[in-house]
Amino acid sequence: MSWSDKEPMISVRNVHKSFGDFEVLKGVSFDVMKGEVICIIGPSGSGKSTLIRCINALNDINEGSILVEGQEVNDPKLNKLELRKKVGMVFQQYNLFPHKTALENVMMAPIRVLKEDKKEVEARARALIKKVRLEGKENAYPGELSGGQQQRVAIARSLAMKPDVMLFDEVTAALDPETVGEVLITIKELAEEGMTCILVTHEMGFAREVADQVYFTDKGLIVEHGAPETFFENAKDPRTKQFLSQIL
Amino acid sequence: MDDLYEWFRDFYHTTGINLPFIYDSYDRDRMIDGFLTTVELSVICLFLSVVIGIIGAWLQGSAFTWTRRIVSGYIQLFRNTPPLVQLYFFYFAIGSALPRVETEWGGQAPMLSSFAWAVISLSFFAGAFNVEIFRSGIESVPKSTVEAAESLGFSRLQIYWDVTLPLALRVVLPSLNNNLVNLVKTTTLAYAIAVPEMLYVSAQIWSDNVNVPEMMIFLLIAYFVLVGILVWGMNRWERALKIPGFGS
Ligand SMILES: Nc1ncnc2c1ncn2[C@@H]1O[C@H](COP(=O)(O)OP(=O)(O)O)[C@@H](O)[C@H]1O
Ligand SMILES: [Mg+2]
Repeated sequence: MSWSDKEPMISVRNVHKSFGDFEVLKGVSFDVMKGEVICIIGPSGSGKSTLIRCINALNDINEGSILVEGQEVNDPKLNKLELRKKVGMVFQQYNLFPHKTALENVMMAPIRVLKEDKKEVEARARALIKKVRLEGKENAYPGELSGGQQQRVAIARSLAMKPDVMLFDEVTAALDPETVGEVLITIKELAEEGMTCILVTHEMGFAREVADQVYFTDKGLIVEHGAPETFFENAKDPRTKQFLSQIL
Repeated sequence: MDDLYEWFRDFYHTTGINLPFIYDSYDRDRMIDGFLTTVELSVICLFLSVVIGIIGAWLQGSAFTWTRRIVSGYIQLFRNTPPLVQLYFFYFAIGSALPRVETEWGGQAPMLSSFAWAVISLSFFAGAFNVEIFRSGIESVPKSTVEAAESLGFSRLQIYWDVTLPLALRVVLPSLNNNLVNLVKTTTLAYAIAVPEMLYVSAQIWSDNVNVPEMMIFLLIAYFVLVGILVWGMNRWERALKIPGFGS
Protein backbone atom coordinates (compact mmCIF):
# COMPACT_ATOMS: atom_id res chain seq x y z
CA MET A 1 0.00 0.00 0.00
CA SER A 2 1.49 3.29 -1.02
CA TRP A 3 0.78 6.52 0.71
CA SER A 4 0.61 9.86 -1.04
CA ASP A 5 0.94 13.15 0.77
CA LYS A 6 -2.56 14.11 -0.36
CA GLU A 7 -3.76 11.73 2.34
CA PRO A 8 -3.23 12.31 6.04
CA MET A 9 0.29 11.51 7.16
CA ILE A 10 -1.14 10.30 10.42
CA SER A 11 -4.64 9.02 10.74
CA VAL A 12 -5.90 8.06 14.18
CA ARG A 13 -9.25 6.26 14.21
CA ASN A 14 -11.34 5.36 17.24
CA VAL A 15 -8.35 4.50 19.41
CA HIS A 16 -9.04 2.80 22.74
CA LYS A 17 -6.35 2.11 25.26
CA SER A 18 -6.64 0.68 28.76
CA PHE A 19 -4.14 0.05 31.51
CA GLY A 20 -5.74 -2.88 33.29
CA ASP A 21 -9.34 -1.88 33.97
CA PHE A 22 -8.63 1.78 33.54
CA GLU A 23 -9.56 3.08 30.10
CA VAL A 24 -7.22 5.97 29.32
CA LEU A 25 -8.25 6.55 25.70
CA LYS A 26 -11.92 6.10 24.91
CA GLY A 27 -12.15 6.39 21.16
CA VAL A 28 -9.87 9.11 19.83
CA SER A 29 -9.76 10.11 16.18
CA PHE A 30 -7.87 12.81 14.31
CA ASP A 31 -5.80 13.36 11.17
CA VAL A 32 -2.56 15.15 10.58
CA MET A 33 -1.59 16.24 7.07
CA LYS A 34 2.00 16.52 5.92
CA GLY A 35 3.52 19.78 7.14
CA GLU A 36 0.76 20.38 9.65
CA VAL A 37 1.42 21.32 13.24
CA ILE A 38 -1.14 20.21 15.76
CA CYS A 39 -1.19 20.95 19.46
CA ILE A 40 -2.88 18.75 22.03
CA ILE A 41 -3.86 20.41 25.26
CA GLY A 42 -5.84 19.19 28.20
CA PRO A 43 -5.76 18.54 31.89
CA SER A 44 -3.12 16.31 33.41
CA GLY A 45 -4.10 12.64 33.27
CA SER A 46 -6.39 13.08 30.28
CA GLY A 47 -4.29 10.68 28.19
CA LYS A 48 -2.20 13.07 26.08
CA SER A 49 1.09 11.27 26.65
CA THR A 50 -0.51 7.89 26.15
CA LEU A 51 -2.00 9.08 22.88
CA ILE A 52 1.24 10.23 21.32
CA ARG A 53 3.17 7.27 22.69
CA CYS A 54 0.72 5.05 20.80
CA ILE A 55 1.69 6.75 17.55
CA ASN A 56 5.24 5.40 17.70
CA ALA A 57 4.22 2.13 19.34
CA LEU A 58 5.74 2.80 22.75
CA ASN A 59 2.25 1.85 23.93
CA ASP A 60 0.11 -0.66 22.08
CA ILE A 61 -3.62 -0.02 21.66
CA ASN A 62 -6.61 -2.18 22.44
CA GLU A 63 -8.89 -1.07 19.64
CA GLY A 64 -8.90 1.20 16.63
CA SER A 65 -6.37 2.08 14.02
CA ILE A 66 -3.37 4.35 13.68
CA LEU A 67 -1.96 4.81 10.20
CA VAL A 68 1.41 6.47 9.81
CA GLU A 69 2.03 7.14 6.12
CA GLY A 70 -0.33 4.30 5.39
CA GLN A 71 1.40 1.86 7.73
CA GLU A 72 -0.89 0.34 10.37
CA VAL A 73 0.65 0.71 13.82
CA ASN A 74 -1.96 -1.54 15.47
CA ASP A 75 -0.65 -4.67 13.77
CA PRO A 76 1.15 -7.48 15.55
CA LYS A 77 3.47 -7.81 12.54
CA LEU A 78 4.36 -4.11 12.65
CA ASN A 79 7.95 -3.36 11.70
CA LYS A 80 8.75 -1.03 14.57
CA LEU A 81 12.06 0.00 13.09
CA GLU A 82 10.36 1.25 9.89
CA LEU A 83 7.82 3.14 11.98
CA ARG A 84 10.39 4.71 14.24
CA LYS A 85 12.52 5.87 11.34
CA LYS A 86 9.55 7.99 10.31
CA VAL A 87 8.46 9.19 13.73
CA GLY A 88 10.78 11.15 16.03
CA MET A 89 9.91 11.70 19.66
CA VAL A 90 11.05 14.17 22.30
CA PHE A 91 10.22 13.58 25.94
CA GLN A 92 9.50 15.81 28.91
CA GLN A 93 12.62 14.55 30.73
CA TYR A 94 14.91 14.75 27.62
CA ASN A 95 16.19 11.20 28.33
CA LEU A 96 19.59 11.76 26.76
CA PHE A 97 22.17 9.00 27.06
CA PRO A 98 24.15 10.30 30.04
CA HIS A 99 27.35 8.43 29.11
CA LYS A 100 27.58 10.01 25.66
CA THR A 101 28.51 13.56 24.72
CA ALA A 102 26.01 15.83 23.01
CA LEU A 103 27.53 15.02 19.63
CA GLU A 104 27.59 11.27 20.32
CA ASN A 105 23.98 11.39 21.46
CA VAL A 106 23.02 12.85 18.09
CA MET A 107 25.23 10.49 16.10
CA MET A 108 24.39 7.24 17.82
CA ALA A 109 21.08 6.26 16.24
CA PRO A 110 22.00 6.98 12.59
CA ILE A 111 25.18 4.97 12.98
CA ARG A 112 23.78 2.07 14.97
CA VAL A 113 20.22 1.91 13.65
CA LEU A 114 20.52 3.21 10.10
CA LYS A 115 24.12 1.92 9.70
CA GLU A 116 25.10 5.14 8.01
CA ASP A 117 28.65 6.22 7.38
CA LYS A 118 30.22 7.76 10.46
CA LYS A 119 31.76 10.72 8.64
CA GLU A 120 28.49 11.73 7.00
CA VAL A 121 26.60 11.31 10.25
CA GLU A 122 29.11 13.44 12.10
CA ALA A 123 28.78 16.27 9.58
CA ARG A 124 25.01 16.10 9.86
CA ALA A 125 25.14 15.93 13.66
CA ARG A 126 27.38 18.99 13.87
CA ALA A 127 25.02 20.88 11.59
CA LEU A 128 22.05 19.87 13.76
CA ILE A 129 23.79 20.96 16.93
CA LYS A 130 24.45 24.28 15.28
CA LYS A 131 20.82 24.46 14.22
CA VAL A 132 19.62 24.06 17.80
CA ARG A 133 22.15 26.74 18.79
CA LEU A 134 24.49 24.57 20.80
CA GLU A 135 27.68 25.16 18.87
CA GLY A 136 30.61 24.65 21.21
CA LYS A 137 28.73 22.15 23.38
CA GLU A 138 29.43 19.16 21.11
CA ASN A 139 31.71 17.50 23.62
CA ALA A 140 29.72 18.29 26.75
CA TYR A 141 28.02 15.44 28.58
CA PRO A 142 24.29 15.77 29.35
CA GLY A 143 25.12 16.21 33.04
CA GLU A 144 27.06 19.34 32.15
CA LEU A 145 24.18 20.95 30.25
CA SER A 146 21.16 22.87 31.48
CA GLY A 147 17.69 21.42 31.02
CA GLY A 148 17.01 23.62 28.02
CA GLN A 149 20.30 22.67 26.41
CA GLN A 150 19.67 18.97 27.01
CA GLN A 151 16.24 19.28 25.49
CA ARG A 152 17.69 20.88 22.37
CA VAL A 153 20.23 18.06 22.10
CA ALA A 154 17.29 15.65 22.38
CA ILE A 155 15.56 17.44 19.51
CA ALA A 156 18.73 17.28 17.42
CA ARG A 157 19.06 13.60 18.29
CA SER A 158 15.59 12.90 16.92
CA LEU A 159 16.15 15.03 13.83
CA ALA A 160 19.34 13.13 13.03
CA MET A 161 17.12 10.19 12.08
CA LYS A 162 15.47 12.39 9.41
CA PRO A 163 11.94 11.69 10.65
CA ASP A 164 8.86 12.73 8.69
CA VAL A 165 6.95 13.66 11.82
CA MET A 166 8.02 14.79 15.28
CA LEU A 167 6.16 14.11 18.51
CA PHE A 168 6.78 16.46 21.43
CA ASP A 169 5.45 15.48 24.84
CA GLU A 170 5.40 18.51 27.13
CA VAL A 171 9.00 19.16 26.27
CA THR A 172 9.19 22.41 28.21
CA ALA A 173 7.29 21.28 31.29
CA ALA A 174 10.42 20.28 33.22
CA LEU A 175 12.44 23.35 32.28
CA ASP A 176 13.35 26.48 34.18
CA PRO A 177 11.22 29.36 32.89
CA GLU A 178 14.23 31.16 31.43
CA THR A 179 15.18 28.23 29.21
CA VAL A 180 11.67 27.47 27.94
CA GLY A 181 11.99 30.13 25.26
CA GLU A 182 15.09 28.71 23.64
CA VAL A 183 13.45 25.33 23.20
CA LEU A 184 10.24 26.83 21.84
CA ILE A 185 12.21 28.84 19.28
CA THR A 186 13.85 25.65 18.07
CA ILE A 187 10.49 23.94 17.66
CA LYS A 188 8.99 26.96 15.98
CA GLU A 189 11.79 27.01 13.41
CA LEU A 190 11.18 23.35 12.70
CA ALA A 191 7.50 23.98 12.23
CA GLU A 192 8.22 26.86 9.87
CA GLU A 193 10.50 24.64 7.80
CA GLY A 194 7.52 22.39 7.20
CA MET A 195 8.16 19.59 9.68
CA THR A 196 4.97 17.78 10.61
CA CYS A 197 4.62 18.13 14.37
CA ILE A 198 2.34 16.84 17.08
CA LEU A 199 2.88 18.78 20.26
CA VAL A 200 1.47 18.15 23.69
CA THR A 201 1.94 21.43 25.46
CA HIS A 202 0.77 23.73 28.20
CA GLU A 203 2.26 26.77 26.48
CA MET A 204 -0.95 28.34 25.18
CA GLY A 205 0.73 31.36 23.61
CA PHE A 206 3.03 29.06 21.73
CA ALA A 207 0.21 26.78 20.63
CA ARG A 208 -1.65 29.76 19.30
CA GLU A 209 1.38 30.90 17.36
CA VAL A 210 2.50 27.66 15.73
CA ALA A 211 -0.51 25.34 15.60
CA ASP A 212 -2.65 24.72 12.55
CA GLN A 213 -5.10 22.81 14.72
CA VAL A 214 -5.56 22.69 18.47
CA TYR A 215 -7.11 19.62 20.11
CA PHE A 216 -8.50 19.62 23.61
CA THR A 217 -8.60 16.28 25.43
CA ASP A 218 -10.40 15.42 28.62
CA LYS A 219 -10.77 12.01 30.27
CA GLY A 220 -9.58 10.10 27.25
CA LEU A 221 -11.67 11.89 24.62
CA ILE A 222 -11.12 14.73 22.20
CA VAL A 223 -13.69 17.22 23.38
CA GLU A 224 -13.15 19.96 20.89
CA HIS A 225 -10.75 21.10 18.21
CA GLY A 226 -10.25 23.95 15.82
CA ALA A 227 -7.88 26.45 14.32
CA PRO A 228 -6.16 28.36 17.12
CA GLU A 229 -8.03 31.65 16.62
CA THR A 230 -11.47 30.07 16.87
CA PHE A 231 -10.36 27.57 19.49
CA PHE A 232 -8.97 30.14 21.90
CA GLU A 233 -11.57 32.84 21.23
CA ASN A 234 -14.74 30.82 20.80
CA ALA A 235 -14.38 27.55 22.64
CA LYS A 236 -17.80 25.96 22.81
CA ASP A 237 -17.52 23.08 25.20
CA PRO A 238 -17.79 24.04 28.88
CA ARG A 239 -14.85 21.76 29.77
CA THR A 240 -12.62 23.57 27.29
CA LYS A 241 -13.78 26.94 28.55
CA GLN A 242 -13.10 25.99 32.13
CA PHE A 243 -9.64 24.65 31.30
CA LEU A 244 -8.72 27.73 29.29
CA SER A 245 -9.96 30.07 31.99
CA GLN A 246 -7.72 28.31 34.51
CA ILE A 247 -4.67 28.45 32.31
CA LEU A 248 -4.86 31.79 30.56
CA MET B 1 71.56 -12.91 39.06
CA ASP B 2 73.77 -15.75 40.20
CA ASP B 3 75.02 -13.53 43.03
CA LEU B 4 71.45 -13.01 44.14
CA TYR B 5 70.77 -16.74 44.12
CA GLU B 6 73.96 -17.33 46.12
CA TRP B 7 72.91 -14.67 48.56
CA PHE B 8 69.60 -16.46 49.24
CA ARG B 9 71.41 -19.76 49.58
CA ASP B 10 73.73 -18.19 52.21
CA PHE B 11 70.73 -16.52 53.79
CA TYR B 12 69.26 -20.00 54.30
CA HIS B 13 72.50 -21.31 55.84
CA THR B 14 72.94 -18.36 58.19
CA THR B 15 69.30 -17.74 59.23
CA GLY B 16 67.52 -21.03 58.51
CA ILE B 17 64.94 -19.22 56.36
CA ASN B 18 64.64 -21.43 53.31
CA LEU B 19 63.44 -19.90 50.02
CA PRO B 20 64.45 -22.56 47.49
CA PHE B 21 62.08 -21.19 44.85
CA ILE B 22 64.55 -18.30 44.53
CA TYR B 23 67.96 -19.94 44.59
CA ASP B 24 67.19 -23.42 43.32
CA SER B 25 66.68 -23.49 39.57
CA TYR B 26 64.32 -26.50 39.61
CA ASP B 27 62.08 -25.03 42.30
CA ARG B 28 62.32 -21.61 40.70
CA ASP B 29 61.11 -22.93 37.37
CA ARG B 30 58.13 -24.71 38.83
CA MET B 31 57.23 -21.67 40.94
CA ILE B 32 57.32 -19.46 37.85
CA ASP B 33 55.12 -21.97 36.05
CA GLY B 34 52.77 -22.07 39.06
CA PHE B 35 52.60 -18.31 39.21
CA LEU B 36 51.88 -18.07 35.49
CA THR B 37 49.24 -20.78 35.80
CA THR B 38 47.53 -18.82 38.55
CA VAL B 39 47.65 -15.64 36.47
CA GLU B 40 46.37 -17.43 33.39
CA LEU B 41 43.59 -19.16 35.31
CA SER B 42 42.59 -15.86 36.94
CA VAL B 43 42.57 -13.84 33.73
CA ILE B 44 40.60 -16.42 31.75
CA CYS B 45 38.07 -16.89 34.57
CA LEU B 46 37.72 -13.14 35.09
CA PHE B 47 36.99 -12.67 31.43
CA LEU B 48 34.61 -15.62 31.08
CA SER B 49 32.75 -14.87 34.31
CA VAL B 50 32.11 -11.31 33.13
CA VAL B 51 30.92 -12.60 29.76
CA ILE B 52 28.61 -15.05 31.57
CA GLY B 53 27.37 -12.18 33.74
CA ILE B 54 26.62 -10.01 30.71
CA ILE B 55 24.87 -12.77 28.75
CA GLY B 56 23.01 -14.10 31.81
CA ALA B 57 21.71 -10.67 32.74
CA TRP B 58 20.52 -10.22 29.16
CA LEU B 59 18.74 -13.59 29.20
CA GLN B 60 17.10 -12.74 32.50
CA GLY B 61 15.37 -9.86 30.75
CA SER B 62 14.01 -12.27 28.13
CA ALA B 63 10.34 -12.41 27.29
CA PHE B 64 10.42 -16.21 27.55
CA THR B 65 9.55 -17.50 31.00
CA TRP B 66 11.66 -20.62 30.54
CA THR B 67 14.78 -18.70 29.62
CA ARG B 68 14.44 -16.66 32.80
CA ARG B 69 13.79 -19.79 34.87
CA ILE B 70 16.86 -21.55 33.55
CA VAL B 71 19.04 -18.54 34.34
CA SER B 72 17.71 -18.22 37.88
CA GLY B 73 18.10 -21.96 38.36
CA TYR B 74 21.72 -21.64 37.33
CA ILE B 75 22.27 -18.76 39.75
CA GLN B 76 20.63 -20.61 42.65
CA LEU B 77 22.65 -23.72 41.99
CA PHE B 78 26.02 -22.02 41.85
CA ARG B 79 25.39 -19.50 44.58
CA ASN B 80 24.02 -21.95 47.12
CA THR B 81 26.61 -24.72 46.81
CA PRO B 82 30.31 -24.71 47.80
CA PRO B 83 32.69 -23.94 44.93
CA LEU B 84 34.93 -26.85 45.91
CA VAL B 85 32.02 -29.25 45.55
CA GLN B 86 31.22 -27.70 42.18
CA LEU B 87 34.80 -28.19 41.09
CA TYR B 88 34.78 -31.84 42.16
CA PHE B 89 31.46 -32.31 40.46
CA PHE B 90 32.76 -30.94 37.16
CA TYR B 91 36.06 -32.78 37.33
CA PHE B 92 35.02 -36.15 38.71
CA ALA B 93 31.35 -36.49 37.80
CA ILE B 94 31.23 -34.81 34.40
CA GLY B 95 34.90 -35.25 33.51
CA SER B 96 34.84 -39.00 33.98
CA ALA B 97 31.57 -39.35 32.09
CA LEU B 98 33.08 -37.76 28.99
CA PRO B 99 34.70 -40.05 26.39
CA ARG B 100 38.48 -40.30 26.52
CA VAL B 101 40.55 -39.22 23.58
CA GLU B 102 43.59 -40.68 21.88
CA THR B 103 46.84 -38.85 22.61
CA GLU B 104 49.53 -38.33 19.97
CA TRP B 105 51.54 -41.19 21.51
CA GLY B 106 48.63 -43.57 21.22
CA GLY B 107 47.62 -43.44 24.88
CA GLN B 108 44.29 -42.46 26.37
CA ALA B 109 43.69 -39.09 28.01
CA PRO B 110 40.69 -37.25 29.44
CA MET B 111 39.01 -34.98 26.95
CA LEU B 112 39.49 -31.91 29.11
CA SER B 113 42.48 -31.20 31.33
CA SER B 114 42.09 -30.34 34.99
CA PHE B 115 43.02 -26.76 34.05
CA ALA B 116 40.12 -26.66 31.60
CA TRP B 117 37.74 -27.98 34.25
CA ALA B 118 38.95 -25.38 36.71
CA VAL B 119 38.30 -22.67 34.12
CA ILE B 120 34.79 -23.95 33.45
CA SER B 121 33.87 -24.50 37.08
CA LEU B 122 35.26 -21.24 38.46
CA SER B 123 33.89 -19.16 35.58
CA PHE B 124 30.39 -20.49 36.14
CA PHE B 125 30.76 -20.00 39.87
CA ALA B 126 31.82 -16.34 39.65
CA GLY B 127 29.55 -15.87 36.62
CA ALA B 128 26.46 -16.67 38.71
CA PHE B 129 27.28 -13.78 41.02
CA ASN B 130 28.11 -11.55 38.07
CA VAL B 131 24.67 -12.16 36.53
CA GLU B 132 23.05 -10.88 39.70
CA ILE B 133 25.44 -7.96 39.91
CA PHE B 134 24.73 -6.86 36.32
CA ARG B 135 21.03 -7.44 36.83
CA SER B 136 20.95 -5.04 39.76
CA GLY B 137 22.77 -2.44 37.67
CA ILE B 138 20.36 -2.85 34.79
CA GLU B 139 17.44 -2.28 37.10
CA SER B 140 18.96 1.04 38.11
CA VAL B 141 18.82 2.37 34.53
CA PRO B 142 15.73 4.57 34.15
CA LYS B 143 13.02 3.09 31.95
CA SER B 144 12.68 6.45 30.25
CA THR B 145 16.25 6.29 28.96
CA VAL B 146 15.52 2.89 27.47
CA GLU B 147 12.33 4.25 25.91
CA ALA B 148 14.23 7.07 24.30
CA ALA B 149 16.49 4.50 22.64
CA GLU B 150 13.45 2.49 21.60
CA SER B 151 11.85 5.53 20.03
CA LEU B 152 15.04 6.03 18.00
CA GLY B 153 14.62 2.56 16.54
CA PHE B 154 17.25 0.71 18.57
CA SER B 155 16.65 -3.03 18.83
CA ARG B 156 16.52 -4.70 22.22
CA LEU B 157 20.05 -6.01 21.84
CA GLN B 158 21.39 -2.63 20.71
CA ILE B 159 19.75 -0.96 23.67
CA TYR B 160 21.36 -3.48 26.00
CA TRP B 161 24.80 -3.12 24.52
CA ASP B 162 24.86 0.62 23.83
CA VAL B 163 22.76 2.05 26.64
CA THR B 164 21.76 -0.26 29.47
CA LEU B 165 24.99 -2.15 29.93
CA PRO B 166 27.38 0.83 29.88
CA LEU B 167 25.20 2.64 32.41
CA ALA B 168 24.71 -0.46 34.57
CA LEU B 169 28.44 -1.18 34.53
CA ARG B 170 29.23 2.17 36.09
CA VAL B 171 26.80 1.50 38.91
CA VAL B 172 27.98 -2.02 39.66
CA LEU B 173 31.74 -1.65 39.38
CA PRO B 174 32.31 -1.74 43.16
CA SER B 175 30.38 -4.99 43.59
CA LEU B 176 31.90 -6.43 40.45
CA ASN B 177 35.29 -5.52 41.88
CA ASN B 178 34.51 -7.50 45.06
CA ASN B 179 33.38 -10.55 43.20
CA LEU B 180 36.41 -10.56 40.92
CA VAL B 181 38.75 -10.27 43.90
CA ASN B 182 36.98 -13.28 45.38
CA LEU B 183 37.40 -15.13 42.12
CA VAL B 184 41.18 -14.64 42.08
CA LYS B 185 41.36 -15.97 45.63
CA THR B 186 39.10 -18.89 44.76
CA THR B 187 41.47 -20.06 41.99
CA THR B 188 43.47 -21.74 44.78
CA LEU B 189 40.69 -24.36 44.88
CA ALA B 190 42.05 -25.68 41.59
CA TYR B 191 44.74 -27.22 43.82
CA ALA B 192 42.16 -29.85 44.71
CA ILE B 193 42.08 -31.23 41.19
CA ALA B 194 45.85 -30.97 40.75
CA VAL B 195 46.02 -27.90 38.56
CA PRO B 196 49.66 -26.85 38.98
CA GLU B 197 48.86 -23.33 40.13
CA MET B 198 50.72 -21.40 42.80
CA LEU B 199 49.31 -23.13 45.87
CA TYR B 200 49.81 -26.56 44.35
CA VAL B 201 53.42 -25.81 43.42
CA SER B 202 54.07 -24.33 46.85
CA ALA B 203 52.79 -27.51 48.47
CA GLN B 204 55.20 -29.54 46.34
CA ILE B 205 58.05 -27.26 47.32
CA TRP B 206 57.27 -27.40 51.02
CA SER B 207 56.99 -31.16 51.03
CA ASP B 208 60.39 -31.43 49.35
CA ASN B 209 62.07 -28.81 51.54
CA VAL B 210 60.04 -28.89 54.75
CA ASN B 211 59.72 -25.10 54.75
CA VAL B 212 55.99 -24.69 55.32
CA PRO B 213 56.09 -21.35 57.19
CA GLU B 214 58.22 -19.69 54.50
CA MET B 215 55.98 -20.93 51.72
CA MET B 216 52.85 -19.80 53.56
CA ILE B 217 54.20 -16.32 54.03
CA PHE B 218 55.29 -16.24 50.42
CA LEU B 219 51.78 -17.29 49.28
CA LEU B 220 50.11 -14.63 51.39
CA ILE B 221 52.37 -11.97 49.92
CA ALA B 222 51.96 -13.27 46.36
CA TYR B 223 48.16 -13.25 46.52
CA PHE B 224 48.18 -9.92 48.27
CA VAL B 225 50.16 -8.48 45.36
CA LEU B 226 48.07 -10.20 42.69
CA VAL B 227 44.79 -9.02 44.17
CA GLY B 228 46.33 -5.58 44.70
CA ILE B 229 47.11 -5.36 40.99
CA LEU B 230 43.54 -6.34 40.13
CA VAL B 231 42.07 -3.77 42.51
CA TRP B 232 44.38 -1.11 41.15
CA GLY B 233 43.31 -1.96 37.61
CA MET B 234 39.62 -1.93 38.52
CA ASN B 235 39.98 1.44 40.22
CA ARG B 236 41.68 2.87 37.17
CA TRP B 237 38.90 1.49 35.03
CA GLU B 238 36.32 3.02 37.33
CA ARG B 239 38.01 6.40 36.99
CA ALA B 240 38.29 6.06 33.22
CA LEU B 241 34.55 5.38 33.01
CA LYS B 242 33.60 8.38 35.09
CA ILE B 243 31.34 10.79 33.24
CA PRO B 244 31.24 14.47 34.10
CA GLY B 245 27.91 15.32 35.69
CA PHE B 246 26.74 11.70 36.00
CA GLY B 247 26.48 9.72 39.22
CA SER B 248 28.29 11.03 42.24
N1 LIG C 1 2.05 2.50 32.03
C1 LIG C 1 0.95 2.85 32.70
N2 LIG C 1 0.35 1.98 33.53
C2 LIG C 1 -0.77 2.32 34.19
N3 LIG C 1 -1.39 3.51 34.09
C3 LIG C 1 -0.83 4.43 33.28
C4 LIG C 1 0.36 4.15 32.55
N4 LIG C 1 0.67 5.25 31.81
C5 LIG C 1 -0.28 6.16 32.09
N5 LIG C 1 -1.19 5.69 32.97
C6 LIG C 1 -2.37 6.39 33.46
O1 LIG C 1 -3.08 6.85 32.35
C7 LIG C 1 -3.63 8.12 32.60
C8 LIG C 1 -3.25 9.08 31.50
O2 LIG C 1 -1.88 9.29 31.56
P1 LIG C 1 -1.11 10.23 30.55
O3 LIG C 1 -1.35 9.74 29.17
O4 LIG C 1 0.28 10.31 31.01
O5 LIG C 1 -1.86 11.63 30.75
P2 LIG C 1 -1.37 13.09 30.43
O6 LIG C 1 -0.14 13.00 29.59
O7 LIG C 1 -2.51 13.70 29.71
O8 LIG C 1 -1.11 13.75 31.73
C9 LIG C 1 -3.14 8.56 33.97
O9 LIG C 1 -4.17 8.36 34.89
C10 LIG C 1 -2.00 7.62 34.24
O10 LIG C 1 -1.89 7.35 35.62
MG1 LIG D 1 1.83 13.61 29.97
